[in-house]
Amino acid sequence: MTVKQISVFVENKAGKMAELTDYLQQHQIDMRALSIAETKDFGIVRMIVDDPYKTSCILKESGYVSSITPALAVEIPDEPGSLARILKILGDGGVNLDYMYAFLTRKKSTAYMVLRVADNEKALEILGKQGVHAISQDEISEL
Amino acid sequence: MEHYYQPDIECASREQIQAWQDERLVKTVKRVYENVEFYRKRMDEKGIKPQDIQSTKDLHKLPFLTKDDLRDAYPYGLLAEPLENCVRIQSTSGTTGRRVVAFYTQHDIDLWDECCARAIAAAGGTNEDVVHVSYGYGLFTGGPGLNGGSHKIGSLTLPMSSGNTERQIQFMCDMGSTILCCTPSYAAYLAESIHERGLQDQIKLKAGIFGAEAWTEEMRRDIEEKLGIKAFDIYGLTEISGPGVSFECSSQTGMHINEDHFIAEVINPETGEVLLDGEKGELVFTCITKEAFPLIRYRTRDICILSHEKCACGRTHVKMTKPLGRSDDMLIVKGVNVFPSQIETVLLNQGYPANYQIIVSRENNSDAIEVQVEMTQEMFSDNAAVVTEREKKLVDALKAMLGIYVKVTLVNPKTIARSEGKAVRVIDQRNLYQG
Repeated sequence: MTVKQISVFVENKAGKMAELTDYLQQHQIDMRALSIAETKDFGIVRMIVDDPYKTSCILKESGYVSSITPALAVEIPDEPGSLARILKILGDGGVNLDYMYAFLTRKKSTAYMVLRVADNEKALEILGKQGVHAISQDEISEL
Repeated sequence: MEHYYQPDIECASREQIQAWQDERLVKTVKRVYENVEFYRKRMDEKGIKPQDIQSTKDLHKLPFLTKDDLRDAYPYGLLAEPLENCVRIQSTSGTTGRRVVAFYTQHDIDLWDECCARAIAAAGGTNEDVVHVSYGYGLFTGGPGLNGGSHKIGSLTLPMSSGNTERQIQFMCDMGSTILCCTPSYAAYLAESIHERGLQDQIKLKAGIFGAEAWTEEMRRDIEEKLGIKAFDIYGLTEISGPGVSFECSSQTGMHINEDHFIAEVINPETGEVLLDGEKGELVFTCITKEAFPLIRYRTRDICILSHEKCACGRTHVKMTKPLGRSDDMLIVKGVNVFPSQIETVLLNQGYPANYQIIVSRENNSDAIEVQVEMTQEMFSDNAAVVTEREKKLVDALKAMLGIYVKVTLVNPKTIARSEGKAVRVIDQRNLYQG
């Protein structure tokens, strides 16, 4: 069970990020989570949205270079130590983390982590064994 | 007082220069016809025999030689002397396709050194001077040329080579360098570094000989003021020998071509027609004293104007303006020859689209080159490290091809302007060519 992360190439120039978000807004795309990896001259915007297919299509139409990649989104209690706990589970299980980012929702006392790992299946399995709940794209869309 | 290295030659009468050129041209043409299949074939194709060339008046009958010819003849095809008589090669940067390898006998090295010695003398150099050579040494002709010239004069020569500014300045102070030889952009950089360290009072420089790249009159005044020197231009190309094909005298009104060794013509680059004094066109050289690599009517692609007007310095050899442009798309960046086609080859090899833009600028008195490349779906990854790694691979491939660092900037697809017909590939923001 994974969520569909959209990644977009963005030039590192003033106004480029505004351009992208404005374009998404025009198409009524609702973002659930957002993270940016920046280098000296470009950035990669990663986001979890309500409608990944529509987002991917409109990005392509407008000439953006983007991709859809499956990522893990897990629900964790919004309290000290809960992130450390799942990271330890992954670490002990030998799962290497490429990157991750967090988001909150209106749902009280729950936080979400988006995890990008090399082997989603393996990560899901060990997290599942420890009772960690991974959420689906449908759940994301309804949040 | 004007200094000369070989006053009898440098100030010879026009009749004398003409006589030297006539005699030497006839001899050279005969020799290359006999020794070099390439020239023999070319001349036969045009129905020209060595005896048709009786003086410089017949020069126009001979076919032109281009950089493409040099490529086709690489490496030994234009060698006019047995290899065992050669003692050195020098080369331009670039890959095999664009690289020029020139051969020298000891005689050729000597005459090249003499040409450079004339340039150093014109800048006021004597055996009491300390000549600080910060051109690169190695295959590049800059270092070896000025080094050899300085030896001929009998100056104390500092073979510094390029880079390591800290050490350059320290030697300059400790050894009391009086004449600096390097690219104008490096001279400007050194001048600034000296000021930053507050060492201008410890510098004994009186003159500089700066070439291998285009520079402006403003740059000259700036360097002259900052270093308290007189700055002299020098011109040359590996194909013809190296620096010292022509050089500036104290009047700073153009560069005297060493006409006892090289015959200069200016032609219309479109038609090949020979132009007159004062007319702007492409510079063409014929070597009349070299043994190993005597190029005949070599098209330099540099645009300039020749002038036989009497010069205040007393020299009688023809003067050329600084190059005013190029008749091809070659760029000179940090003294290195760069063709857009080389960059295109690398991009295509690495799977990038052929739509790109080259931006050349000058930052902190040093040339910088940037290539903007459109991002592709194949290149993309959600992992920034992966994209950066691919970008680095491209930078490395460009460096391997050109020998200099090229900044790569990935841009969004379809953002580089596609012009109708011929694409505008190069934006040169340096504005180096005046006039």
